[in-house]
Amino acid sequence: MRIITTRRISQIFFLIMFLWFCVVTTLGEQWWQLRGWPVNWIIELDPLVGLATLLSTRTLYAGLLWGLATVVLTIVLGRFFCGWVCPFGAIHQFVGFAAHRKKSVGAKVKLNRFHPAQSLKYWILTFLLTISALELTVDLFRLPATNRWIWIILILAVLTFGAIKGLRRYRMNLKSPAIIYAGFVILWLLLSSVLKNNQTSAASLQIGLLDPISLIYRSFNLIVLPLVDQTALTLSAVPRLYAGAGLIAAMFLAAVLLNLVIPRFYCRFVCPAGALFGVLSRFSLWRIGKTSDDCSGCHICEKNCEGACSPTTEIRFNECVLCVNCLNDCRHGLMTYQTAPSATGVISGTNLSRRQFLTATISGAAVIPMLRVSGSLGSNWNPAVVRPPGALPENEFLSRCIKCGQCMRICPTNVIHPAGLAGGFEGLWTPTLNFRIGTSGCQFNCIACGNLCPTAAIRPISLDERLGRNRYAGQGPIKIGTAFIDRGRCLPWAMDRPCIVCQENCPVSPKAISTREVFNTIETGTRLTVATADTFYVEFQNSGLEPAKYTTGDYYCTISPAPDARRRRIVSNWERGLKVEATIPFETPPPAGSLVQIQIRLQTPFVDPQRCIGCGICQHECPVSGKRAIRVTADGESRDRDHAVLLRG
Amino acid sequence: MNLKSDDPGWNRRQFLARSLKAAASIAAAAAAGLWFHDSKGPTQAANRQSETGRLDFSIGGLSPKMAIVRGGDRRATLHAGLKALGGIETFIKKQDRVLLKVNAAFASPPMLSATTHPELVSEMARLCYQAGAAAVVVTDNPINNPGSCFALSGIDAAARAAGARVYLPYVDAFKPFSVQQAKLIRNWPVLLDPIKNINKIIGIAPVKDHHRSGASLTMKNWYGLLGGRRNIFHQNIHTIITELAMMVRPTFVILDGTVSMMTNGPTGGSLTDLKQTNTMVVSTDQVAADAFGATLLNKSYRDLPFISRAEAAGLGTADYRSLNPVELSL
Repeated sequence: MRIITTRRISQIFFLIMFLWFCVVTTLGEQWWQLRGWPVNWIIELDPLVGLATLLSTRTLYAGLLWGLATVVLTIVLGRFFCGWVCPFGAIHQFVGFAAHRKKSVGAKVKLNRFHPAQSLKYWILTFLLTISALELTVDLFRLPATNRWIWIILILAVLTFGAIKGLRRYRMNLKSPAIIYAGFVILWLLLSSVLKNNQTSAASLQIGLLDPISLIYRSFNLIVLPLVDQTALTLSAVPRLYAGAGLIAAMFLAAVLLNLVIPRFYCRFVCPAGALFGVLSRFSLWRIGKTSDDCSGCHICEKNCEGACSPTTEIRFNECVLCVNCLNDCRHGLMTYQTAPSATGVISGTNLSRRQFLTATISGAAVIPMLRVSGSLGSNWNPAVVRPPGALPENEFLSRCIKCGQCMRICPTNVIHPAGLAGGFEGLWTPTLNFRIGTSGCQFNCIACGNLCPTAAIRPISLDERLGRNRYAGQGPIKIGTAFIDRGRCLPWAMDRPCIVCQENCPVSPKAISTREVFNTIETGTRLTVATADTFYVEFQNSGLEPAKYTTGDYYCTISPAPDARRRRIVSNWERGLKVEATIPFETPPPAGSLVQIQIRLQTPFVDPQRCIGCGICQHECPVSGKRAIRVTADGESRDRDHAVLLRG
Repeated sequence: MNLKSDDPGWNRRQFLARSLKAAASIAAAAAAGLWFHDSKGPTQAANRQSETGRLDFSIGGLSPKMAIVRGGDRRATLHAGLKALGGIETFIKKQDRVLLKVNAAFASPPMLSATTHPELVSEMARLCYQAGAAAVVVTDNPINNPGSCFALSGIDAAARAAGARVYLPYVDAFKPFSVQQAKLIRNWPVLLDPIKNINKIIGIAPVKDHHRSGASLTMKNWYGLLGGRRNIFHQNIHTIITELAMMVRPTFVILDGTVSMMTNGPTGGSLTDLKQTNTMVVSTDQVAADAFGATLLNKSYRDLPFISRAEAAGLGTADYRSLNPVELSL
């Protein structure tokens, strides 16, 4: 079997596995539903996810340890992940092949020529990793301030150094290592006293925007599978919707269609994971290269070169994705995979210049603090962003979420959606709850999202913790927000219409929504003066009531001057009279001339913020379907004490 | 063709041919324009024609019957109740296709009694098959996520164990429907697809407190056949429940008062909301069943206007004693 056939089989295998994992990420007991399938495995294999969360959280969460295997293999073999595993890479390779297959050899060689702008991906990698590492770096800079001994050791070292040099009557030279060292120490000490650790520099994670695995998971979970749902091949009982999915689709389409311009455009110019593999492959043991320099320079090996790594001349093996097409294409059998360097030379190391690296680092370090000047993590937090149950406090959440959309896919009620800019630029495509979409609010008995989240941005909570039972009875259920009634839109509050659907659907016991009974006098359009009356029947002097209008069981009548103070339910009415319920007859029928008022019995809803858990089922069910009359905001969410509404206890 | 005017290839014949093609294009464009021309513009949205009628699955010629069985074992009380009414064979014949309309409204475990008890579902399905039924289908359009409701309530597993099919309310399952003489259920999406090819319907409802209507019993159980934005009917709850009883004339109903939800209904959520009332009602008259069910909640049918209104509409009797119900204690 030819090596490229093996590579194709590997790519197809991982692509199918990826698709399969997307499909099975749905709650249920069927064999094709989530029941132990390792659906996060491909995300976990991506070491960029592991590395970036390691920098931002200083831990490597659960299955992310798999990334280590990829790192080790990359150091040994080179960028095998890009050419053999990555499902996004397989799509790029196929689209690029399909788009350019009819071109001449010369044109193909030209398409696959190395382009200096391929350094862009290293730029992106540096930028994104600096964002993740900011808090860690600030902490390192602050070591002398936080740790007295380092301060003392540094000062002592400078003094000793200076003393030794002074004793030797050393001539001052600004470029001497001692002076540079002293300069660094002074700079370090200065920085340590100036920098402060606060929310502005707290860790953030943005690799999810461009990381290929996060990107392809997000695109398939939120675009492709919902489209499949709309066909006869339904994967969910109710087709899935995702608010603001258009932008995600645009990014996915752009990434795929750019292959029509240059094959593997995303891999060559954009992909930060590819860049990481490029860096890691610097010392790789095996490489693609030529066995001898007896080469006519026909460039045929570049005809199908996926990485654009110039195998003809000096091969740039940090660009080489190990597609092994050159092994197949070289007519003289010169290309091979070997431990020795290529006979015509190699260029190791990336082509990122020091200046580009610095630019990327500085802009990466600046971007999050600049965004956070908005106060989005402090007093200016957006209460419209309701996070799933188990989500960490916002700054920790943002240091973990890779925007992969797994929580949105698994959510049985389709209530988790990619946030737009509501959570700030940083929070783009992070999970937020949209109570207008889906089959109901956030289900009371469900903890699926946290148990699937590959980075624990949503913690894997237990049902007991969510519901505040047993061990967690002391702290009560997890609140994700609080429902607020909009009295200007609520049917009983504003429009004299009975309703209380919100109360009915409130899942907690005792209910967080209670009602108070009120009787409001209805404008009937006519003055209802009694003509005659007996124990059950009242006849008016004038007609004008709409027949049967007040017979719904919710209307009552009172008489003034009152023979007794009781209200009586109306069981039927006609144009000029009504009948009251049989249980409360008029002991003394109202005399002619007394006035009858028709009242509607209403139950007006109230929310008890102590009991409300913010599940939003009330908002989902509210019959005012446009802007709901009861809405949940993140006020009172238990993940952040600063968002509390009530006094404790 | 890239001909210039002085090319020898350019001649009158070519010009005529081109003129003909131009004329044909003009004619086609004009024909298409006139064909699709609409001088009036859209008028008010045309109402989709909806099916009108009632879902009548009652057994003709059978006088209303009712059995009230006291006991804590659902299987035993159900058996006794059915036996008292003449046995399951009175209702289910060979090759019948039976629909069990359960209450699976909430994603809540059976212990909390917010949904029809799974034991009752499997037992009823089993009995239907025993009587020779060709198929038993279990359905509801729940309030919470349908899949979660059927799974967590245990109904899905119970139904499948007994060989019944669970029908989840897919979007296409609803068809516009109007009930004769109804005001509210006009051209409204109703869960009709699972009822297609069905010839017997059994309603199985738990006894539950319901703040808006007073109680959720067998008539209210048909709410789960409504689709669309059905919550707006809460503005006129007693009328909608009456119309639901008008819409469905079941073969019979089972009102499970083994455990009644006394407070915090219809969701419940705590064992303290429940009371062991040890009663099973099997009735061909849903109004009578509900009138009796009210007593389990310490209410009278007079507290529940929908019962009197259903009686007034001729759907049954609120005076359940007039049916001489068979009362048994196990």
